[in-house]
Amino acid sequence: MMAGGKKGPAAFGLACCMLCALSFGALPEARAEAPEKNSRKKEVTLRVCNWEEYIDLGDWDEEETIGLPSGNVIGERSMVEDFTDWYYETYGIRVKVEYSTFGTNEDLYNMLTLGDTYDLVCPSEYMIMKLMAEDRLLPLSEDFFDVSDENNYYIKGVSPYIQSVFEKNRMEGKRWSDYAAGYMWGITGIVYNPDAVTEEEASSWKILNNPAYKRQITIKDNVRDSYFAAVGAVKSELLTSKEFLEDTDYQKNLEREMNDTSPETIGQVQDYLQDVKDNCYSFETDSGKADMITGKVAVNYQWSGDAVYTMDQADEEEYTLAFAVPEEATNIYFDGWVLLKDGIGEDAAKQHAAEAFINFNSRADNVIRNMYYIGYTSVISGGEDGRIFEYADWCYGAGEEEEVSEYDLGYFFSKDGKEGKYVITAPTDQVYRQLFAQYPSRDAISRSSIMVCFDEEQTRAINQMWINVRCYNIHDVPGWIWTVLFGSACGLAVWGIRRRILKKFPAL
Amino acid sequence: MRQLKFSRKMLGIPYAVFLLLFVAAPLFVLLYYAFSNGQGQFTTENLTGFFSDPNTLGTLFYSFGVAVVTTAVCLLMAYPAAYILAVSRLKAKSVLVMLFVIPMWINFSLRITALKEILTWLEGNLAYHPFFNTVVGMSYDFLPFMILPIYTTISRLDGALLEAARDLGAGEAQAFLKVTLPLSLPGIISGVSMVFLPAMTNYVVLDMLYNSTYIMGSLIGSYFAAYNWHGGSMIALILLAIICLFTLFTSGMEEENTRGGTLL
Repeated sequence: MMAGGKKGPAAFGLACCMLCALSFGALPEARAEAPEKNSRKKEVTLRVCNWEEYIDLGDWDEEETIGLPSGNVIGERSMVEDFTDWYYETYGIRVKVEYSTFGTNEDLYNMLTLGDTYDLVCPSEYMIMKLMAEDRLLPLSEDFFDVSDENNYYIKGVSPYIQSVFEKNRMEGKRWSDYAAGYMWGITGIVYNPDAVTEEEASSWKILNNPAYKRQITIKDNVRDSYFAAVGAVKSELLTSKEFLEDTDYQKNLEREMNDTSPETIGQVQDYLQDVKDNCYSFETDSGKADMITGKVAVNYQWSGDAVYTMDQADEEEYTLAFAVPEEATNIYFDGWVLLKDGIGEDAAKQHAAEAFINFNSRADNVIRNMYYIGYTSVISGGEDGRIFEYADWCYGAGEEEEVSEYDLGYFFSKDGKEGKYVITAPTDQVYRQLFAQYPSRDAISRSSIMVCFDEEQTRAINQMWINVRCYNIHDVPGWIWTVLFGSACGLAVWGIRRRILKKFPAL
Repeated sequence: MRQLKFSRKMLGIPYAVFLLLFVAAPLFVLLYYAFSNGQGQFTTENLTGFFSDPNTLGTLFYSFGVAVVTTAVCLLMAYPAAYILAVSRLKAKSVLVMLFVIPMWINFSLRITALKEILTWLEGNLAYHPFFNTVVGMSYDFLPFMILPIYTTISRLDGALLEAARDLGAGEAQAFLKVTLPLSLPGIISGVSMVFLPAMTNYVVLDMLYNSTYIMGSLIGSYFAAYNWHGGSMIALILLAIICLFTLFTSGMEEENTRGGTLL
């Protein structure tokens, strides 16, 4: 079998075109294929694969300049071009970045497994865990963590809170922080129309099957997000009970409950999601934002970064939306840069360039550019560099005449996690709108849980559950359809036989 | 040295290479994945799994239903339109034909997005009629593929046959049923196969029109998203088998019919 044993890039291409031919599916982004010329040894080629629309592509209008007290920030050229120049100026080495994108974590995984080679990719935490478990990642070098190097913007600027999460979490004994450098992060929640839905209702995952909003809710069309929400809903009572909340091991228990894949839980989740399917407007991959803004639906299960975008867009149409984080739990997620063994191997120059790429994207002004461009929240708080907090204040700080609230972001920005130093005086409504989605309150963060990477057996069980929910069950075919089918089959047979007979004996 | 002789056969080489690379080779890859498991061993589990799971069978049934209804709707709309178009003596006929073709020049997702707004305006909330919306969306999308072949066959019909039928005393209706309809069957068949097959798998329309039930295309996608290439390949293969059967069936009918036609 030609591509059976060895999975080469050819196999990927073939598999792709086959799939497309059969399913009219979207073609994966064409890969930039550059034949390696025997160039000067000085030039390094870096193959980066990131989410679509997940980095500043530059070309801003002059009016878009972000005027911070400490200076202006504007994206004139793309981040990748700026990196290329910066790298040459700083290290005297030419780097050529081959930048490509992927659509979902699973797409990326399939691309990597079918033979695409990249040096630096940016998957979500569970995919990082999967890649770690499969021993496909290269640990970050010691130099990367050297705070005395002024160009190490990542380690100097990463939020202590995020860093602690990366250090605390392990996959097969290995710490995330040794393999991954965070990029963007967020939580999941509910975008809702406050005129139609109360904040209290939106603050529970149980809203998804609430018949009061029949056909007015959209939910994420992917099994992991749906699973998390459904677990939150079916375990709602437990998760909001006093004993559970006051347990000293609350955080640990929460993560265990939210990652529960016991058959009973999967069964309950299936029943719940079946309910949701009959109650919701649709499972959406991308239409949720637009449908929320045009008012087709009143409730949208959303990632916080997209929630910010949705509310911003709605504001432009003078339509007010709000964001709520369910009381049961919220899924905190991270996208992070990881180095691939397949791509980098032993090539120290390449690894250096890859780590420099992470660092360059962690420099305060670049962080601001990326955040402004894509709307998500960077894991970088800036460390000594105050510009990122300035930017948050620039975005959400109140004008003079408005009613204001104090919004404390100490847990994210301050070195020791103490409150009081990083407070944004924001318009009161921002406390449950964009600001809340961009930088969730400490209270919301306290009930956040990561969603781990499931092993093969769990994945299969959950996927089967998903198929059970999404597919039409043959047992549900009503009797009259079978009757009609049987009838027409008989009719066809009789007609065919009659034709045959007439042909043989035209005299009849 | 003799010059390389150029024969007409050589013109076929580019296509042969294309065929080998992009049609034949992927088929083997598909076969390999469909009949193997994660450890690379031969297995028929994927096949038996498909036919023993009520959900996958149900999906096949549902896709079939969508495709049958879509094809029927398309045919019912396309045939009269194509017929009138073909027999009319309008000078501006080509303009009319263009009217059917022009929508095909507009980007597909744009068209469906527009349709979504129209349907929302008509229905209020789209989510209550997912099957109806799907059929409308697909019919809208595939209608030109039905009209064009039927139009071409009818407009090429020999008018003398119809005159003969009338001379022999057939009424309008009888002439249509005995002459025009049987002779336009090849057009109908090619139209049907051009609509039916994509309608079974085009899940983009379903997604865009908020139908949350899977059809074959989305089912394959969900297997690949769960890293189960083997199950996904098997479903693709089964679909391929169905398409083959369908094509065999229709070409058989066509053959029978052309023989019938020459007899006339």
